[in-house]
Amino acid sequence: MKKRLLRLGAQWLFLVLLLTSRSTGPLYAQPLSDSGFLAALGELPDAGFDDKYRIVEQLAQSGHPSARAVLTALLEDRLYCRTQDKKVFLVKPGPEDAPTLELIDPLTLKDIGSAPTDTLDKIVANNRLRTILEQMRARFRLSSPDAATRLQAVRDIEQNLNADTIQLLRERSSTESDSRVKKEIATGLALAVLDGSDTQARLSAIATLRGSLRQDVVNKLGSLIEKSPDGGYVESDKQVRQAAEAAVKSIDLRRSIYSGVQTLFFGVSLGSVLVLSAIGLAITFGVMGVINMAHGELMMLGAYSTYLVQMAMPERIGTSIFVAIPVAFVVSALAGVLIERMVIRFLYGRPLETLLATFGISLMLQQLARSIFTPLNRSVKTPAWMSGTLQLNEALSVTHNRLDIVIFTVLVFAALLVVLKRTRIGLEIRAVSQNRPMARAMGIRSSWVDAMTFGLGSGIAGLAGVALSQITNVNPNLGQAYIIDSFMVVVFGGVGNVWGALMGGLSMGVVNQLLEPYTGAVLAKIAVLVALVLFIQTRPRGLFPPTGRASENL
Amino acid sequence: MLVVLILMALPKAAAAQDTIKVGVLHSLSGTMAISETTLKDTVLMMIDEQNKKGGLLGKKLEAVVVDPASNWPLFAEKAQELLEKSKVAVVFGCWTSVSRKSVLPVFEKDNGLLFYPVQYEGEESSRNVIYTGAAPNQQAIPAVEYLMNDVGVKRWVLEGTDYVYPRTTNKILQAYLLSKGVKPEDISVNYTPFGHSDWQARVAAIKRFGSEGKKTAVVSTINGDANVPFYKELANQNVSAKDIPVVAFSVGEEELSGLDAKPLVGHLAAWNYFESINTPANRAFIQEWHAFIKNPKRVTNDPMEAHYIGFNLWVKAVQKAGTTNVDKVIAALPGLETPNLTGGIAKVLPNHHITKPVFIGEVQANGQFDVVWKTKGTVPGEAWSPYLPANKDIVADWVTLKCGNYNKATKKCSGQNYQ
Repeated sequence: MKKRLLRLGAQWLFLVLLLTSRSTGPLYAQPLSDSGFLAALGELPDAGFDDKYRIVEQLAQSGHPSARAVLTALLEDRLYCRTQDKKVFLVKPGPEDAPTLELIDPLTLKDIGSAPTDTLDKIVANNRLRTILEQMRARFRLSSPDAATRLQAVRDIEQNLNADTIQLLRERSSTESDSRVKKEIATGLALAVLDGSDTQARLSAIATLRGSLRQDVVNKLGSLIEKSPDGGYVESDKQVRQAAEAAVKSIDLRRSIYSGVQTLFFGVSLGSVLVLSAIGLAITFGVMGVINMAHGELMMLGAYSTYLVQMAMPERIGTSIFVAIPVAFVVSALAGVLIERMVIRFLYGRPLETLLATFGISLMLQQLARSIFTPLNRSVKTPAWMSGTLQLNEALSVTHNRLDIVIFTVLVFAALLVVLKRTRIGLEIRAVSQNRPMARAMGIRSSWVDAMTFGLGSGIAGLAGVALSQITNVNPNLGQAYIIDSFMVVVFGGVGNVWGALMGGLSMGVVNQLLEPYTGAVLAKIAVLVALVLFIQTRPRGLFPPTGRASENL
Repeated sequence: MLVVLILMALPKAAAAQDTIKVGVLHSLSGTMAISETTLKDTVLMMIDEQNKKGGLLGKKLEAVVVDPASNWPLFAEKAQELLEKSKVAVVFGCWTSVSRKSVLPVFEKDNGLLFYPVQYEGEESSRNVIYTGAAPNQQAIPAVEYLMNDVGVKRWVLEGTDYVYPRTTNKILQAYLLSKGVKPEDISVNYTPFGHSDWQARVAAIKRFGSEGKKTAVVSTINGDANVPFYKELANQNVSAKDIPVVAFSVGEEELSGLDAKPLVGHLAAWNYFESINTPANRAFIQEWHAFIKNPKRVTNDPMEAHYIGFNLWVKAVQKAGTTNVDKVIAALPGLETPNLTGGIAKVLPNHHITKPVFIGEVQANGQFDVVWKTKGTVPGEAWSPYLPANKDIVADWVTLKCGNYNKATKKCSGQNYQ
């Protein structure tokens, strides 16, 4: 089947090349007449995948001027058929969930008005069809004005190197101006040269490839130094072999350094999620001594707020997240103040009762979410600017959503510090947490400060919910998954200390990610927990224990 | 809940002789509610429909719904309540394997009859259970065969959640792959906890494993919730289905309906039913479901079809036996046939499993699956996987041998309860 696929792909590419070349046109395939083109197109809606491969082949061979547009549309999920008469149309790219689609005639490629979405059926592709279509598109895109598009096109073409495609790359190489694309083409051509027999050319190809960091380059070079089953080397040329060996070593070393950097980033990003979910708790648990089991559910409220904000502005997913941040903060903060005023304030000084009461509240909030939103996951869309990867080089890339959450955590933490250190309410919070009777004697309304503190901690939980909605499921159980970890971070960092929560969260995240590749996720979690227990045995007050008189109250 | 049950039971006690009671044992709250609520509704719909046809043996069917709340020991208690207090004729229920294991002793002690509708790890055959979901040879093995023969996959990542179903399935798959000549270093097995959400390191590792020159696929037995962050991370790290396809055994239409399916396009799932399969029976079923649930956007999925088949089989068995007596119904079940929604016939086998067709579907952007491969006919379910060495001589046969765990070599019946 794979062979068939390759053959099909190669055939295909050849034909497309013919189509796109600026010579007199297809050599043997007579251009399909409009009616023949339409007939082939008309078969698509009811065709199975096996027929689709055939039809796509036929369309490409047709030499019809609209073939390229139609096939590109099929790749981009923009080829539709009208349910009632099975007529095929292209549609213009537009927002998803739009009630109507702008139709384009497949023959003339002219706009012909719009139609409601539910009267049209999309013509679907599968992996194999997409691979074929993508290979085809790569050739068109090799001359695209956008350098990034060209880069991707070169990468696609490299997947399928043959005499034809090598020639294509060579031609492009001479006119290419962008240095990255040029380098990519050089790598591709060098890879092709390796298969040749000219020692000098191969050695210089290896020298070129040495600068690369790509895994497929390592694989290719690695194949030169492999031993065959009888003990001899597969590669007979000793010079080439040695050069390849040195190159593989050099690339591997650099790759492993970058891989270490990446693991560190994974740790920081996991840590920042932990920090974000724990600092709210550090305030309520640390400053007020209240064990709030409903903290996770306040995060859940934040996540659902994000969902609702997105529902309210479906056209602007990209900006909805910025609206969601204050909304989630206010919703969770209000819920927190409400919980404090209605339940917790009657239970100060009775930690066990507080724990039980807030546990009950957490169950109630969960069921509330379940009743309103159903137990099913709600889909919170990730804005385009938060998806994908920031490719720093061939071996090191960081995902945008994680990077943004790290930045968000830093901002939230900085804002929290400013509130605590630079504002009146911050001063009052610190005063009450250090010495409640004295603060009262100075005229601070401690009950009001309690409510505000709880609101602040809860609001930050809401912010954590916004971040979590981007990386995990939004459902009624969202909070459950994070509450234990949050408590661990707070206990580890030292009660009542936001810096402790920061350091605790980050170090737990990094240790977890460092361990995971060796132990697996399950054991890594257990190891972190055991280490934490041992740590608490020796330093019961955590990393940053409260000092001075304040510690006596705890 | 208890109060509700008593209230339900009281007025109906008088009319008890006029109805046949059907137990529904699915979690309506807790973590599993996400999947199981739909199954409860499916059974209610089937009962409703049967009553419209005039009931069964001249009596109306009556549903007794209990909520085991995703709590495994509570499953056993609720099962006991259904069998001993409500005296139901049959129970449709359970999702997770651990809940099934929890109710198994109760059904065997009280001689009940359970229809279990979810794909599972096999290695079990009880006299009192009819397994209408897929055994590993009706889902996992064909999916791996497809990847191996049609996609040309040479390296395998077996990624699962850490509990009994993935561990057993992966054990079978590993044995199968090794028997097909796959080298041990080309198989990577990994488990993550329930609800795992930080997939960065795992996806990076899969990417590395898959970039070493051989075509690689991920066989995912990741359970429910952890799937969303897993697929999101795959998409973010640019692992596309074209490079490293992921074939999942627990991701269906219902799971996809809660998330943005765009990043998943092209990934695979293996099931015995897809909503997108266009047959008259399936179209009618979907229409009926939408009318019953009063929401045209609700999807249908594989376990729902399993309940559809199970319910029809039970009705036929009762009609054949002329009674709802459990012993007589169990005796009547093997050999019975009922049409699938997707074409073909589901037949009850002596090992209490059924025949099922197997489909491989690719995820589409609308959250539906398009079938890219299917088995020629139906595949009979195997209770004991022949790929595990310990199962070499074990057979399940409730017709002639009257045993779910019979050792052909020692001629002994052991393991689960038997007559």
